[in-house]
Amino acid sequence: METRDLTAIRRLIAEHKRWDAIFGIIGLLCLMVGVLTFASLFVEMALNGFDRLSGSFFTSFPSRRAADAGILSAWVGSTLVMVVTALVAGPLGVAAGVYLEEYASKNWVTDVIEINITNLAGVPSIVYGLLALGLFVYQFGLGQSILSAGLTLALLILPVVIVATREAIRSIPKHIREGSYALGATQWQTVRYHILPYSSAGILTGMIIGMARAIGETAPIITIGALTFIAFLPASPVSAHPPYLNFEWLMSPFTVMPIQMFNWTSRPEAAFQANAAAAGFVLVFMTLAMNGLAIWLRYRLRKNIKW
Amino acid sequence: MTAAAQVTAPSMAFFPTSRRPAARRVRIIRERAIESILFLAALVSVFTTVGIVYVLIKESVVFFRQVSIVDFLTDTQWTPLFDDAHFGIMVLLSGTITSSIVALAIAIPLGTVIAIYLSEFAPFKVREVAKPFLELLGGVPTIVYGFFALLFVTPLLQHVYPGLPGFNLLSAGIVMGIMIIPYVSSISEDAMRAVPMNLREGSYAMGATRFQTAVKVVVPAAFSGIASAYILGISRAVGETMILAVAAGMQPNLTFNPLEPAATITAYIVQVALGDLPHGSVGYQTIFAAGLTLMLFTLACNIVGHVMRKRFREAY
Repeated sequence: METRDLTAIRRLIAEHKRWDAIFGIIGLLCLMVGVLTFASLFVEMALNGFDRLSGSFFTSFPSRRAADAGILSAWVGSTLVMVVTALVAGPLGVAAGVYLEEYASKNWVTDVIEINITNLAGVPSIVYGLLALGLFVYQFGLGQSILSAGLTLALLILPVVIVATREAIRSIPKHIREGSYALGATQWQTVRYHILPYSSAGILTGMIIGMARAIGETAPIITIGALTFIAFLPASPVSAHPPYLNFEWLMSPFTVMPIQMFNWTSRPEAAFQANAAAAGFVLVFMTLAMNGLAIWLRYRLRKNIKW
Repeated sequence: MTAAAQVTAPSMAFFPTSRRPAARRVRIIRERAIESILFLAALVSVFTTVGIVYVLIKESVVFFRQVSIVDFLTDTQWTPLFDDAHFGIMVLLSGTITSSIVALAIAIPLGTVIAIYLSEFAPFKVREVAKPFLELLGGVPTIVYGFFALLFVTPLLQHVYPGLPGFNLLSAGIVMGIMIIPYVSSISEDAMRAVPMNLREGSYAMGATRFQTAVKVVVPAAFSGIASAYILGISRAVGETMILAVAAGMQPNLTFNPLEPAATITAYIVQVALGDLPHGSVGYQTIFAAGLTLMLFTLACNIVGHVMRKRFREAY
């Protein structure tokens, strides 16, 4: 081969390799767009809201004066709504996941359920709000209560919990089930003593991710008509006298963190927007902590389990 | 239920069931009952879909009895709460479409490049850090993104376009695009990683570089998965609510210019919900008609996605 050809080929190879390097840099730059956005979002919240983040911010009701306003009713409302959501979505989602993985036979009913779950995951969250407005608030007469909101968000995160449960169950090898059956266990005993315990970490991860999503959801809760100005707390769920537990709080009007933040964001005064930044900071911090916990759990899980 | 299982399970071990027909029958009944309960739980998802369709159609039927469907689709004004009421959904749809186009113009290129980079180029360590990070980016509440768009991105854009109004589709669309990146990139990346290694090896053996292999072998082979990632991105953009309600304004405006403020379908629903309309009024029913439009739009997206997945699926 002549040397001229050789140098031409070498040049061609070098040129193509250069594209590799260029694309590597472009890829990193695109990732950086995400990183930068996130960083500036966090810093913006922190800078604007830092002055407002004090103890009294968490223990004050919203107020007409920005400096006195706090998120007491919002975080209490969010917590109570999350309790309802977790209590509804957890058992329902896990039961549905167990059914689809362990019990369902391959027929059209199962197909319909599976297609439904896939489709529901793609339905915009505001449509769940309309469902809740038409069904829970008016048809069932639950009103604009904590119960309505909790049920709405439970339906919203149900696909997340179901998919996580199914994935966790699917990763359990078949011989575990066979061992259990061989010892005379029924199907439910197998599920109860083997499948559920072994998949619990995976299910928990899915639950946390679902809850992190639910806590930041604003649109469906606005749609059911949650009030933005709530200067009281729902009745306490626990009391010092018998019967100790009461459920009045379920029907109470409420507000949640994202709605409180929306309310402050849409005001023109800078002082209220500082409140919004502070509330946003708390919200981002909470969802980050929950998502981080889920990611860490999953990482631990992947490392530790060897069947 | 669990308590019962705990109590009876040990006794089962002491008394083999085959010798005790009564216990055996109880056991069978209990198993059946549990299966039925689990089945009902699985059916909740079907009930949810039925509930959504029922509510949207029920209220929309009442609405379309008062407003003709032709007016709904062709009128160029959306003033449902005025005395001179007009119900032209095009006005809201234009806002939804414009903001979605802006968002997708950001999310699709960036998401695809990130997916190719993470699947084909990135060192293991970068991947391990970048994937959870992108997941976190997708987990930030949308109201926070809305705040960010209104109070950070819009002022920034006003340096570039001095005449930009405080509410505009552009900044909402950009932030929405960044919010959608993780959805597009993670599904595309999964699709690319599912492409068998021997296809890449074949390409490398022919002397192709990484970039050539990625663009000419991996991306076409994973196209059905990438397409469904795009479709998911589109339905996210169309259904996104809070970023638009906060940063794009709530003024209905028939425009395809992203520099203007305009309400979207979702922002209108929020606006009405905030205004405490009486149950059963036309204003109340409009949000269900708007919701139905939204639902049909995303359903169409899902169907297109499904067809594309089937048509472009490459089996190995």
